[in-house]
Amino acid sequence: MDLSMLWYLVPSVVMFACGIYGFITRKNLIAILISLELMLNSADLNFVVFNRYLFPGSMDGMVFTLFAIAIAAAETAIAIAIIINIYRSIGNTDISEINNMKF
Amino acid sequence: MDITLPILILAIPITMFLVLGIGGVKMSRKLAGVLGILGMGTTATLAYIVAITYFFSGDANFIIDGVRQQYQVFDVTWLAFTQTLVVNLGFLLDPISAMMLVVITTISFMVHLYSWGYMEHEPGFQRYYAFLSLFTFSMLGLVVATNIFQMYIFWELVGVSSYLLIGFFYKLPSAVSASKKAFIVTRFADLGFLIGILILSFYTDTFNFVDMTSNPEGVLASTGGATFMGASVLTWAMVLIFTGGMGKSAMMPLHIWLPDAMEGPTPVSALIHAATMVVAGVYLVARMFPVYCVVDAAMTFICVIGAITAFYAAVVACAQIDIKRILAFSTISQIAFMMVSLGVAYDKPIEGVHYSGLGYMAGMFHLFTHAMFKALLFLGAGALIHAVHSNNYTSMGGLRKYMPITHWTFLIGCLAIAGIPPFAGFFSKDEMLAAMFARHWFWGAWMTMVAGLTAFYMFRMYFLVFWWEENPHYKEHKPHDAPWQMSVPLLFLAAVSAVVGWALPFGELVTWNGEPYHIHIETSVAVTSIIIAVGAIALAAAMYMKKNAFPSKMKNMCPALWTAANRRFYWDEIYMFITHKIIFNIICKSIAWFDRHVIDATMDAFAKVTQKTSYAIRGMQSGEIQAYVAWYIAGAIAIAAITWICLI
Repeated sequence: MDLSMLWYLVPSVVMFACGIYGFITRKNLIAILISLELMLNSADLNFVVFNRYLFPGSMDGMVFTLFAIAIAAAETAIAIAIIINIYRSIGNTDISEINNMKF
Repeated sequence: MDITLPILILAIPITMFLVLGIGGVKMSRKLAGVLGILGMGTTATLAYIVAITYFFSGDANFIIDGVRQQYQVFDVTWLAFTQTLVVNLGFLLDPISAMMLVVITTISFMVHLYSWGYMEHEPGFQRYYAFLSLFTFSMLGLVVATNIFQMYIFWELVGVSSYLLIGFFYKLPSAVSASKKAFIVTRFADLGFLIGILILSFYTDTFNFVDMTSNPEGVLASTGGATFMGASVLTWAMVLIFTGGMGKSAMMPLHIWLPDAMEGPTPVSALIHAATMVVAGVYLVARMFPVYCVVDAAMTFICVIGAITAFYAAVVACAQIDIKRILAFSTISQIAFMMVSLGVAYDKPIEGVHYSGLGYMAGMFHLFTHAMFKALLFLGAGALIHAVHSNNYTSMGGLRKYMPITHWTFLIGCLAIAGIPPFAGFFSKDEMLAAMFARHWFWGAWMTMVAGLTAFYMFRMYFLVFWWEENPHYKEHKPHDAPWQMSVPLLFLAAVSAVVGWALPFGELVTWNGEPYHIHIETSVAVTSIIIAVGAIALAAAMYMKKNAFPSKMKNMCPALWTAANRRFYWDEIYMFITHKIIFNIICKSIAWFDRHVIDATMDAFAKVTQKTSYAIRGMQSGEIQAYVAWYIAGAIAIAAITWICLI
C-alpha cells in the first residue's frame, strides 16, 4: 500500500505540538531539552518526507537531515553542560528559579 | 631684490616662536632669552638691510625718475577658491612698509633686550619670549601684506598675540578679563573690517593693494554709483574697513580695551600697545590712502573720530593715577593725532595751494617718531615700576636722585612728546599741524589745543614721579636704576628720540605718491605750538614741581569733573550698561528662553516619550524563557494567520 505524504506529516505535526507544549509547561530543564529535541526531530522528518515525495531525484533534504542530527547532538551536549553548571550553582534545575536575566 | 632676505625676515621670528614655544619647557631661562634676542637681532639686521636697499640703492625696481615705486618681492597664490576668488601671500615693499620694518624690528629688539632684565624672575619666561616672537612675526606679515586679505589674516594674528601677552599673568583675574576685553572689542571691530573687505573686493574683483591704490578712480567707477542707505557703497566699504582700524588703534568708541591692556607686562605695553600694533589702524588707512582720497565722506569721518578721540584721551590722561594708564591714554591721543593728519591730507589743491599729501607724510613721520619716544616712555615706566613695585605715582616722587638714567631718558621722552625742539616729536607734530591748518583753521586750532594738553599731562606725570616730594617708603626700600639690559634700550631710544627728527630726511623717503617732499618748518605754526607747549610745561611745573596744596584744591573745586575724567567719562560703565542691562537682559534672555523652551523642550519631549514607553513595556522582559517562547509562538501563529487570510 502506498502511503500518502499525510501519513508522515500528521505524526510530525503531533510531535511538534507535543514539543511546544512540553517546552512551555515543563519546569525541569532536562524535560525542556527533551521537548526541544522532539521539535527538532519533527522538522527533520519533514525534510526527509518533502525530499522523498516532491523531489525524488535529489538528496538535498536527506543530507540536510544528517547535518541537523549531527548539530543537534552537539547542541544537546552543550545544553547538558549548561544544565549541569546551573545545577551546581543553584542546586536544582527548576526553570522558574532561573529568571535573573531581566530588565 | 633677492627673495631670500624678505623670506628670512618672516621665517626667523616664526621659527623662534616654534622653537621657544615647543622646546622652551626644556630650556634654561638664559638659553631661551639669548635665543630670542639673537633671533630678533638677526631679523632687525636683515630688515635694516632690506629698508636701506629699498631707500638708497637706486635700483630701477624701487625708484624711477626720483619717484619711489611699490615693488612686490613675491606674491604667490595661497588659496584659490574659484577662478576669481584667489588669496595670495606676498611681500610688498614700498616706503611705508620699509619704514614699518625698521620701526617694528627696532622696537621689538629693544623690548627683547629689556625684557631679559625686566622679566628675569617671572615664571613662564620662555613662553613670554615665544609670544614676543609670534607677535613680531604677525606684525611684520601685516605690514608687508600685498593684499587686503593677507593683511586681515595677520591682523587677526596680532590680535591673538596681543591677547596672549596681555593675559600673560594668567593667574591675575584682572589680566584675564583685560585680555578677553581686548580680544572681544577688537574682534567686534574686525567684523566691520571683514564686511568692508568683502564689499570692496566684490566690486573691484581684487584684493591686491597695488591694483586698488594705483587706480582709485577705477575703484570708484567699479561700484557703478551703487548706494546703500543714502551713502555710496564705496563710502560704506571704506568706513567699515576703517572700523577695523578703529578697533586696533583704540579710537572712540572702541578705545575701552587699551587702558585695560596695561595689565600685561610693561615691555609688552611698550611694543604692542604703544609702538606697533595700535598703529595698525593708521597703517591701514595709509595703505588704502589713494582710495580714501576719492571718498570724501570717509575722510571726514576719520577726521571727526580722530579729533574727538585725541581731545577725550588727553583730558582723561590728566586725571589718571596709574602711570601706565596715563601713557595708554597718551597713546590713544597721539594715534588719533595721526588719524586726523591722514584725514586732512587730500590729493586736491586747497585754495590754489597743492598740499598734496602733506598730512600723509606728517602722519607717517609721527608714527615713526611716536613709536620711538612712546616705547622709550613705556620702558622708562617699566623701570620705575621695577624699582618701586607699584604703578601709581602716589608711591613715587623725588625719584630723580635715585634713578638718574631713567630720569634723563624719561625727560627726553616727555620733551619729545610735548613737541620741544630739537626732539623728534616737534618735527613730526609741526608737519601735522601745518597740514591741519592748511586744510581748515579749525582742525589746526583744535589739535594745537590737544598738543598743549599733551605737554601738560606728560609733565604732570614727570614732575609727580621725579620731583614733588620723596616717598617715605624709600627709607626701607631704596629705589635704584635698572640693570644694563634695561638701561641700554632706554639710552638707545632716548638717543633716537633726540636726533631722529632733524637727522632723518623723512619727507624725502616716505610720501603718499613716492615723490620726495622737502620738509620745511612753518614758522607761524612752529612758534605757536612751541609757546603753547612751553606754557603747558611751565603750568605743570608750577603745579607739581614742589609738594603743595594747589592740585588738591583744584580737584576739590570741581570734584565731579575730576571723578568723571578719572573714571574715563564712564565709558566702561556705558559699555557695561549696554551689554549687561540691554543686550544680556533683552536679547540674550529671550534667545535663552527660546533655546530652553522650544529647542531643548522638543528634544526633551522625544527623550521623555521614549523613556515612558520603555518603562511601560519593560515588564515583558521578565527573564522567564518559557514566556518568551509563548509570545513568540503566538506571534508566529498570528503572522501565519494574517498571511493565510490575505492569501485566500
